[in-house]
Amino acid sequence: MEHYISLAVKAIFVENILLAYFLGMCSFLAVSKRVETALGLGLAVIFVLTITVPTDWLIHKYLLADGALAWAGFPDVDLSFLNFISFIAVIAAMVQLVEMFIDKFSQKLYTALGIFLPLIAVNCAILGASLFMVEREYNFAESAVFGFSSGVGFFLAIISMAAIRQKLRYSNVPDGLRGLGLTMLITGLMALAFMSFSGISL
Amino acid sequence: MKIIRKLSDKLAPMFSKSGKFEYFYYLFEVIDTFFLTTKDRTNRGPHIRDKIDSKRFMMTVVIALVPAAIMGAYNIGFQAYKAIGVDADFLMSFWKGFLVMLPIIIVTYAVGLFWEILFALVRKHEINEGFFVTGILFVLVLPPTIPLWQVAVAVTFGVIIGKEVFGGTGMNIFNPALTARAFLFFTYPGKISGDKVWTLLDNTKEKIVDGFSGATPLLIASNTEAGKSAVEAVNSAGFSWEQMFMGMIPGSIGETSTLAILIGAAILLITGIGSWRIMLAVLIGGYGSVLLMNFVAGPSTSGIFSLPPHYHLVMGGFAFGLVFMATDPVSAAGTNTGKWIYGIAIGVLAILIRTINPAYPEGMMLAILFMNVFAPLIDYYVVQANIRRRLRRA
Repeated sequence: MEHYISLAVKAIFVENILLAYFLGMCSFLAVSKRVETALGLGLAVIFVLTITVPTDWLIHKYLLADGALAWAGFPDVDLSFLNFISFIAVIAAMVQLVEMFIDKFSQKLYTALGIFLPLIAVNCAILGASLFMVEREYNFAESAVFGFSSGVGFFLAIISMAAIRQKLRYSNVPDGLRGLGLTMLITGLMALAFMSFSGISL
Repeated sequence: MKIIRKLSDKLAPMFSKSGKFEYFYYLFEVIDTFFLTTKDRTNRGPHIRDKIDSKRFMMTVVIALVPAAIMGAYNIGFQAYKAIGVDADFLMSFWKGFLVMLPIIIVTYAVGLFWEILFALVRKHEINEGFFVTGILFVLVLPPTIPLWQVAVAVTFGVIIGKEVFGGTGMNIFNPALTARAFLFFTYPGKISGDKVWTLLDNTKEKIVDGFSGATPLLIASNTEAGKSAVEAVNSAGFSWEQMFMGMIPGSIGETSTLAILIGAAILLITGIGSWRIMLAVLIGGYGSVLLMNFVAGPSTSGIFSLPPHYHLVMGGFAFGLVFMATDPVSAAGTNTGKWIYGIAIGVLAILIRTINPAYPEGMMLAILFMNVFAPLIDYYVVQANIRRRLRRA
């Protein structure tokens, strides 16, 4: 149990997928204007990550990895070059599911998220988490915890950014920096603050 | 005063619209309002009859920082003389420390005000006393041996990236002084952490006394081996609790003397300028998490786990951050409930970083910066909760 907690803390704070690896920046910058929308996207990302990372783990372990097909009588086959394409296929299918779900149950959120909902499919944070999972050789339970807590890390970063940007509406920001320019700078400063956890060995 | 008023009235037309020096109006304005209260009156009510504007507000903080600055200057000299085994009286030590602090202060203000005035003139906003506070705060959290060019670089970063890109005083998200320090901390770690930077050792001809280490008590405590008592380690290095409370320990210039900081805290609390909620909340958060750490401390945990709360409070920058940095009204949470959450989280995080994170012995700076990130979010949800409660009542 302790092992999983430290894995989660590590993925949320120490190696925050957004603020330490800078993955998933595009939707982070684009959908962080309002807290409610950011909350919706954050939850969607948590959901997609929690499902895709373990699913990708199963696919990798039993179909694609070197020698994974031994159960089918092909011990020498190495299909790991198919990792990328099959991970992306899983992600796309998951996102489709989430989209239909949100469309049915919250029309307001659906319109607010707009194009960025299908774009979760190409959110680098999601593919990134699956690839980290392969690289770090997690087991099934670990990959589920890792997927969920990477999502939580993204969620925390995006809602706090949205709250900051809502507050900044009252600021007299220099013209050239309005919008994305300042958001980039704030992301950097947030990453600086998140460095308080770097160095914690769990 | 009358002479100044006359002079101001005489000069005012030159700086006003279509005057000769129209471009420098805000420079004139800042000097004018420094000496005189503003002549602007509101046309309609409500009329506020109070002389406390943001300038007086900021100057009160500067006054509250004076005891810490004096003790800091004295302590620089005290540590330097102690390292070479010279008995020095208060004035001698103070003078030595003062000569070290002065160039740092001059560089900070010269560089900082240059950027401040440049931005104000180009962007046409008022120059504010905010920088006086930021500047002195920044000086007080530096080690005395800091190279002056690094001070200049960090102040530039703090003023521009920490404040001016957001639109100037009152609009920033992060505390500019802490942003500047964090920038130094991550860019030039060798000059702002470790055990070599806290004591001034300029005269190589003087013999350094035996057993001199220069490490701060906090570093000693955090390096204590598992199962050993951190209190004993600190005491045997020659630091008693009373000494740490008075501030006779190596450390950043203004952070060492808890006594001087408490005087500053009293000034802030009596004038109502510092938020008592935040101060109390940080104290509760810190105290509580130290007790928790003491509870889990065992033979296999690092020695600092067993350090009692009253030691944590007088070591490192905890007290300074609590009184002067966490209470910054701009970057802290604004709602009353938010202040409690914000403060408690700072206290807990600072102690967590101190004990659990072996990379940094001190956690106060990063804890405050971290909570600056979340302060707007806390406020947002507190406001939303208020709205919901009121709707239900209606």
